[in-house]
Amino acid sequence: MIRVELPANLRTLANVGRVVELGVDGPVTQRSVLDALEAAYPMLRGTIRDAVTHKRRPMLRFFACEEDLSDQPLDSPLPEEVAHGREPYLVVGAIAGGCLR
Amino acid sequence: MVKVRLLVGTHKGAFVLTSDERRRDWKVDGPHFAGWDVYHVKGSPADPNRLYAAQSRGWFGQVVQRSDDGGATWEPVGNQFQYEGATSTHKWYDNTDHPYELLRVWHLEPSLTDPDTVYAGVEDAALFRTTDAGKSWEELPALRTHPTASTWAPGAGGLCLHTIILDKDNPNRIVTAISSAGAFRSDDAGNTWRTITKGLHSNYIPDPDAEVGHCVHHIAMHPSRPNVLFMQKHWDVMRSDNSGDSWHEVSGNLPSDFGFVIDVHAHEPETIYVVPIKSDSDHFVPDGKLRVYRSRTGGNEWEALTKGLPQEDCYVNVLRDAMTVDSLDSCGVYFGTTGGQVYGSADGGDSWNAIVHDLPAVLSVEVQTLS
Repeated sequence: MIRVELPANLRTLANVGRVVELGVDGPVTQRSVLDALEAAYPMLRGTIRDAVTHKRRPMLRFFACEEDLSDQPLDSPLPEEVAHGREPYLVVGAIAGGCLR
Repeated sequence: MVKVRLLVGTHKGAFVLTSDERRRDWKVDGPHFAGWDVYHVKGSPADPNRLYAAQSRGWFGQVVQRSDDGGATWEPVGNQFQYEGATSTHKWYDNTDHPYELLRVWHLEPSLTDPDTVYAGVEDAALFRTTDAGKSWEELPALRTHPTASTWAPGAGGLCLHTIILDKDNPNRIVTAISSAGAFRSDDAGNTWRTITKGLHSNYIPDPDAEVGHCVHHIAMHPSRPNVLFMQKHWDVMRSDNSGDSWHEVSGNLPSDFGFVIDVHAHEPETIYVVPIKSDSDHFVPDGKLRVYRSRTGGNEWEALTKGLPQEDCYVNVLRDAMTVDSLDSCGVYFGTTGGQVYGSADGGDSWNAIVHDLPAVLSVEVQTLS
């Protein structure tokens, strides 16, 4: 199972704890993990990736294994530690900002 | 038994406050959607247990919630607001062209007759509609593609469509207001729009006949007299007796005619309420006194309503969607402040009580009168 750690506001929205566990069919990539997350928790659609453009929302970043993956290709394989559930895939909200203007 | 239900949106969640017809004792339920901005919560006139809430956060975008049990439980519904057609532009603060981008829903206006139909006013300014109880949203693009739209520029709060008024006697009529573009009316259910700004004057616009650019803060209408509109503009309280075709000022003896809220008594169409704010630079009440002003003459002659409201050391603001009236025989008036208080009056404003003191900053207050 893939472990995904969510920021507090999204835990409230999805009514889940800090970490959710997901099964992912096929290659474990950022896209497949986010697709599985949104399939399991449809209320998260549009909150991590824009509902229209499907781009990462600008005040969020993605991390795993101490690496910032935010600007990495979405279809690149995630580290083995993430694919085997030993390390979480982190969705992190910016500590500052939140207002786009 | 009659019940009154207040729907309060705040910077950190939504609250549902309920009381009986005496409106003395209140039950506070919330926060719902804790930690999120809730710009607006409103119930369907056709099914009062059907509520809609606009929940947003700069990090996470827009979420819309629906309740089918009067706010006891909520369900996220559709949040895909896609502008129709090619991306258009509006003016940015520096007068450059800026592409429209969806930031949040400011106002939800449920249909007067169909609980599944709701209009949404969004930032950047556009009008959307759902006809399937929020599952999907479709833009009514004629407003955003109005010939003046490329010249609209945001006010300090953004280019937000914050007022949507429906007319029970004329389902084809919709009145909207946008900061800081102006006011608009459709007489064909949103297919075409015309500006309704004649008579508005704004000191920061050199052209005295400017069609757009007016920072309209809120518009109110009594349902029995849809041709009479009352407006709280950035500065100036205005009145129209011809559905917005022309406006005249009714600020009269107000201590300041800057403000955000304006509303109309439920049973007296000439009785209106405002909360004067000192200025556009000092977004708090004048003289440290929180005063609602009431006119029983449709404007110009105003009286201060102070009983039960703080009259010293008070420096709160009352935002544009944060006043409402119930429809009980003795009309209740309610408003919320940026200090987190929600005040209520069960006697048309003669006296006030703080229903709650310490909520997060209040963005909106709506009321439902349930029997």
